[in-house]
Order: sequence, then structure tokens, then C-alpha cells
Amino acid sequence: MSTLTALARAQAYADGRAQPIATVRHLHVHPRPLVLIPLAMAGEAHAPLAALVGAERSAPRLLIVAQPRNRDHRFAFAAELAGIVLPYVDSFTAATEAVAVDRGRDVRHRFTDAPQLWVPNTGGVDFLRLFGRSTRFRSIDGEYAVPPSVPLLGRWLTFFAHAAEMPGSSLLLNAVQALGLHWATGQSGAEDAQLAALLAWISPPPGRTGAEAARAAEDPALSPPAGPATDPAFDNHVLAPLMSTAEPDVAALTEVLRAQLLPTWELMWRTLDLLRELPAGARVAGRWDSDRDTYSGFVQHLAEGGPPQPRRDGAVAAAARLHRLESAATRYAVQRAFDDPLVMAEYRLVGAAFAGEVTLANADRIDDTGKRPVLRPRIMVVTGEPVRVEPGATLTSPQRPSQKALVISVTAAGADRTEVLLELSGGMGRKLVAEPGSVPAVGERVLLTTLSEAYRPGGAFPDPDQTPWTHGGPPPAFTPGSEQADQ
Amino acid sequence: MTAGLDRLRGGTPPKRHNARTIAALTGNPGCTRRAVLDAAGVDKPKLAQRIGFPGSFGQSRFALARGNGFEAMLKADDCALLRKVLTECLQLDAAGGYDDLGEDDDDTLTARHRRTRELLAGAAGAALIDHPLLTLDVAGQRVFLEPDLIALQIEGRLHVVEIKSFAIVDGQADSAKVSAAAVQAAVYVLALRRLLAELGHDPTLVSHDVVLVCTENFSLQPAAVVLDVRKQLSTLQRQLARLASVSELAAALPGSVSFDLALGPADLTAALRHVEARYAPECLSACELAVYCRHEAAGSTAALGRPVRDALGGVDTVAEALALAAGTAEPAEDQVEAAALLRAAARLRAELA
Ligand code: SF4
Repeated sequence: MSTLTALARAQAYADGRAQPIATVRHLHVHPRPLVLIPLAMAGEAHAPLAALVGAERSAPRLLIVAQPRNRDHRFAFAAELAGIVLPYVDSFTAATEAVAVDRGRDVRHRFTDAPQLWVPNTGGVDFLRLFGRSTRFRSIDGEYAVPPSVPLLGRWLTFFAHAAEMPGSSLLLNAVQALGLHWATGQSGAEDAQLAALLAWISPPPGRTGAEAARAAEDPALSPPAGPATDPAFDNHVLAPLMSTAEPDVAALTEVLRAQLLPTWELMWRTLDLLRELPAGARVAGRWDSDRDTYSGFVQHLAEGGPPQPRRDGAVAAAARLHRLESAATRYAVQRAFDDPLVMAEYRLVGAAFAGEVTLANADRIDDTGKRPVLRPRIMVVTGEPVRVEPGATLTSPQRPSQKALVISVTAAGADRTEVLLELSGGMGRKLVAEPGSVPAVGERVLLTTLSEAYRPGGAFPDPDQTPWTHGGPPPAFTPGSEQADQ
Repeated sequence: MTAGLDRLRGGTPPKRHNARTIAALTGNPGCTRRAVLDAAGVDKPKLAQRIGFPGSFGQSRFALARGNGFEAMLKADDCALLRKVLTECLQLDAAGGYDDLGEDDDDTLTARHRRTRELLAGAAGAALIDHPLLTLDVAGQRVFLEPDLIALQIEGRLHVVEIKSFAIVDGQADSAKVSAAAVQAAVYVLALRRLLAELGHDPTLVSHDVVLVCTENFSLQPAAVVLDVRKQLSTLQRQLARLASVSELAAALPGSVSFDLALGPADLTAALRHVEARYAPECLSACELAVYCRHEAAGSTAALGRPVRDALGGVDTVAEALALAAGTAEPAEDQVEAAALLRAAARLRAELA
């Protein structure tokens, strides 16, 4: 944890209220998200018990499984859930837009919008992943046939669960993580995992401190857990008596499960309200564009009759995926810092970024030592912040992201002042005279960082069917219906 | 048990240990309070309740029912299914006898332990020994362990078999559950090894490879995996060794300190304050006293979690950290660097947040 965030936690504790750790919103909040709160049956291997789901705050739909150990009931639940999720994910395919690729030599099309799922916590994400796993290979004919919508639902849930692993993606979000990205509470991360307690710190009810409200929210009788695990006391005293009969009373079950889920439903929409109040970061839209690409690609994959996601990635796919995740994580971290001065402050604190004032500027300096003369202005920046960069390093400024600043020298000037001499290139137009405003002027406050948004080329991986034998050889092709007896 | 520890508990009989409670000892090894209470066999959940800070460590009936059902299925027909999955997993033939030493019952403790010793001393042929009764020395006291375990004696070696009803999906399981199972299994391995040593056998006949039998994917079909618990064993041994010194600690406590549950809440709380705690948020899921200790630790940086405390330069209290950040407190010699960082952070937050 950064000192900055830790200090925010300390301040939150002292103030009795959560403190902001971001000045902008770092994720896309969809105008019509699908909120999904799953509950799992305790002890069963990821068997659903109930779900409250919907894209409208005023119209949550409750799905329940009266006999979670009964296979038919489970698949009826899956079919019902598919009846809500599939029309929702299909509702974004109406309009496409052309995107230039290959430096404008070609175009491809993507949908102008994409779906967005919200679950309460990482447990909810895991539940969707495993529920996707348990349904996507189901056969739609033969002895254990399920409706065609069930394996399709499984493939969509798997798609969302995979997307959630990609740093910066907003296709499947969880409320706890989304809030934690923007606020620091005065309690521990372990306690933050409980959505009700987390929200209590962020927006306590009038007349109460966040700490008081959070303690109250820990009582499962007052704030039922946000799932997927249920409160054991609820299981033992409410659910068990209702379920122990051969013919469970569905109406009664529906009622108690709704009561368990409705408080969390409210919290989910409050989470969305809180996040919507924050202005979106400048790079959020760009990341949502990538999400729309991913979505468009998957719709196309399905339309072309592509196979379901494999149980486990083959060696090549796993390596390529890991590489994508790593570069997404780096890109996301850099983008957040560029979008948000409060995030950038964490880098300033450790000397990977510094803010200072321009004291000298030679805006029309020409370097003519090479074949052609080039424009290479130099500026001197003086800062009182720690500077941990060496001559020869290349810096960037969020104010001028397309411009590079090469460090020529770093000199201590007095007790805690440092002079950094920089040579600029790029982002100044094509002429030998810099475009007005493209070179920082004397007196301007600038921020410079070693972080860079520069594109990093991906690794080269062989085709899956060229997987070397040392890595298990090519993965086997998918054969439908291979998992009939799985449950 | 030493007299010093016994006295702490007052009139109540000691709470019995099982692998779960012993495994939990490794949870917060730095905490003296827990070590003393556990060594003295104090009923922590009752204590927490008595002082008005009950925890919620309930277990769902559904989870218990499924666990029992799974175990019964494995053991049906002379352990047919269990033998099958063990044979596949260990690549050894798990045929041979099956001895069930019986259910949890206080009256038969010694008899069961004797039977266990006999069976293990015999050490001939392959055999499944269910509910063996083991003992382990915890803080100078000999505790009976009532393992829900099967010891598989095969080709002269003993393997601990743990049955858990959580699922392994596509070769992967919840890592928290697997590591909890590994620590528990390590407790059994240790107890079995000590028993063999007492019987004059080579303790390493008990393998550090334990077998975890779980459910597979979304079915009730069993899947077995081998876990190497060497790491857990050494942690456990270290913690048990540390606990052994606890009796001295307990003896040094003032004579008035007692956790006799017949005492009033105020007296019990006062007694607790005599024994140092080391609260961390992890306690919330590991120790029944956590709600009380959290309350007591309010205002400490440790209560916000180790990463927060470290990032605040290891300063003890929130108030102190904030004072250093605001520049209103003079840093101690070893705090100078941390204080400078906190001041810089405070300036940045004031500028931007
Ligand atoms: S809850 Fe208290 S007694 Fe238990 S381990 Fe934590 S600090 Fe020690």
C-alpha cells in the first residue's frame, strides 16, 4: 500500500468517514448496467440458491432454486437467468461503427455499446466464473439435455469472468473493488470486503459516524451478507426448516430470500449513484472502447459457431493471456496516474514523478549535429520534491503526453531543491519552430514522470497447433457433450 | 497441564483440542493472549460472549450435512469408493483391513488410544484406520486429538487421509480451503510421528505427503490429490515449541488473573488486559476473541492491517501517524525517515484531495 493511501485510511479513521483517494472515476459506469446478486447454497459445489437481477432499480427479478440439490431445479434456474442475461447482452448489437486499423489502410466494425454486469464482490465474480464453467459444456440433446440457452449463458458468464481479470476492463465490475478504488475507509481491507460496512464508511446515515454505521452493518441480522455465501444463522434457522420438507413452500422461500437480497440490491444502486457523481477520467472512454472491441469479438465468435472456452487454456494461450494481463495492468496503472493527479501523487512521493516550475526555456533550440537539423528545445525545471531520475532517462508529462523529455542533468540546488535540465522532442508540430504552447514557458508549473504510455509490443507466441511438445503439444479440440455425468 | 495454566481456567474443565484448534494456533503466532488462553484450554467463544463481544463463527447446517454425506458415501461398503480413489491417487493398492475405532466419546478415550497404539504397533499389511485417537503435547499438556481422519497404512508407510467436501474444479480449488486442510493434516502427521517414535518405530514412516479427498467439479464424485505438508509441519513445530514456554508466562501472571467463566464480565476483561494481545484484521476469521481485541486495538495502525501499518512507517497509533504527518509531533530518532514521508504525503493530499 502506498503511504498516500495509508494516510488516507488514517485520516478516515480520525474523521470517522471515508476519504477520497481518486479525483476522477477510473471505470466506465454504464447508463443501463445489469446488476446481479447471486447467492450460493452452503456446502454445495457452487450450486445457486437464488439471484436478484435486473437492469432497472425499481424492477429487480428474484430467481430461486427451491431444491438446490436437484439437478432439474438448478438448470431451470440457469434457463431463467439466461432469459434475463441473454436478451440484455444481445441488446447492444443494434449499431456499429467503423474503426480504422493498420494505419488507416483498413477498417473493422465494432458495436457502439456493450453490456456491463455488476456483482457485489469478488466472490460474486468467482461465482459467475464457476457457474459459467458448470453450464457452458452442457449438451442440448441426449439424456441430460438442457435448453440451448443454458450453455450459451455459461459461455457469456465465462466471457464476463475472463474480462473481469483484465485490469481496466469495465465489462464485469464488483462494487467492493470499484468503491475501494476511489475511497479509503478507516477500517482494514478485510473489513472493507463487506459491502454494507464499506458503504457505511463512504456515506454514513445522518447522525452517525462511518465507524458506528460500519459496526452496525456487520450484524447479519440487520445487513444480510452480500453473497454469494449466506449467513449461517439464516441457513440454520430460516432456510433449513423451509427446505427440509419434500415439497418446499416456494412462496415462503421466495419471501425470505427476497428479504435477504433486497438490502444488497439497494447498496448496489447506491454504489452506482456514488460512482456516477465522480467525473470520468480522460482515459476511461478509451478503455471502454477496448471493452467494446472485446464484446464485438465475442459476439462474432458466437455467430461463427466458435467453440466454448476451454476448461483450461493450452500452454500457448495461457502464456499469451498472461502477457496480455501484465501489459493491461501496466497500462491501466499508468493511465490512472495520467488521468488523476491524486494517483500521480503516489509516484511523486517516491520520486518517480515530480512537479516543478520552469525557470529557463529555450524553445527554438535546434540540434544540427545529425544529418538533418531537428527541433530540440531545452527547459530547466526546479522542484522541491524528491527526484529519482538519472541523466539519460526519458520523462513524460500528463499535460503533453505526446512529448518526450530527455534528462540532460540533475543538479542539487540548495538544501531541498533540485534543478532538472530537459531536452524536448515530439508533440511540437512538424516545423523547425515549435507550435505555440507546445513548449512549457518560463513560470509554468509542469509535472514530469518516468511513467510512459508508450506502446509495448506484444511477445511472439506460436500458434496453438504449433505448441511444442515440451509444453504439452497442441491442445485437443473440443467435443460437445463430453460432460454429461458431471452432476 | 501445569498448575499455573490450570488455575487460569478456574473451575471449568479444559476445552478439548482438535486439529482445527491446533491448526488455528499457527494463525497468529505472535499473540501471547491467544497462546495463554489456548494453552489453558479456556473456552474462547464462551469467554467472548461473556464479556459482551460475541463473534460469529457459526457453521451452516447445509455445509455440515453435505460433508457428512460425502464421508458416508466414501466409507460405504467397506470403504469401496475411498479405496478406489486412494489406489488411483497413490498408485498403490489400498486393499486390506478397515478398522473404525469409533466415534467421539469421552468414556472411551483411553481405550481408543490403546487400540490405536496396538494397531499402529502391529504395522503389518495395508490397512485403513478410521478415527484413530492420537495425542499431542500442547503447552505441557497432553491433549487427545479426535481426528476425522483415516490413516492409511500401506507398504510400511503411513499416509494421512483428509476428507473435505469442497470442490476441485478443473484441477483447482479454493486456496484458502486447501491451505487450511494442509495445516490440519500436518497436525495429524505430527501426532502420528510422535506416536510412532514412542512405540520405538521410525517416525518418518509417516509420510509428509498427505492425501486430500475432495469432490470433483460439480458432482459428489471424489477426487484425491497429494499435498506435501513439510512447510506446515515446521511452522506447527515452531508454534508448539513456543507454546511450551507459555506455562512460564502464565505462572508469572498475578494470582488475581483468572478466566473462570463464572466471573463477571468486568473481572474477565480486567484479566484479559493482563495478557498482551497482538490484534490484526486476520484475527476476525481466525480467533473467537477477535471482536473484543479489535475493540481494544481501536486507534492502532495494526487494526487497519499490516500493509497500512507498514506504509505508515510502522508507527503504532493513528493519532501518532497523523501528528507526524501534520508536523505537530517531533519524530523519534528511528522515525525521522517515516515522518518525512508522511509529511510529504500530507502535503500532497492537502494539495490534491
Ligand atoms: S483475536 Fe485477540 S487473542 Fe485472538 S489472536 Fe487476535 S489478538 Fe490474539
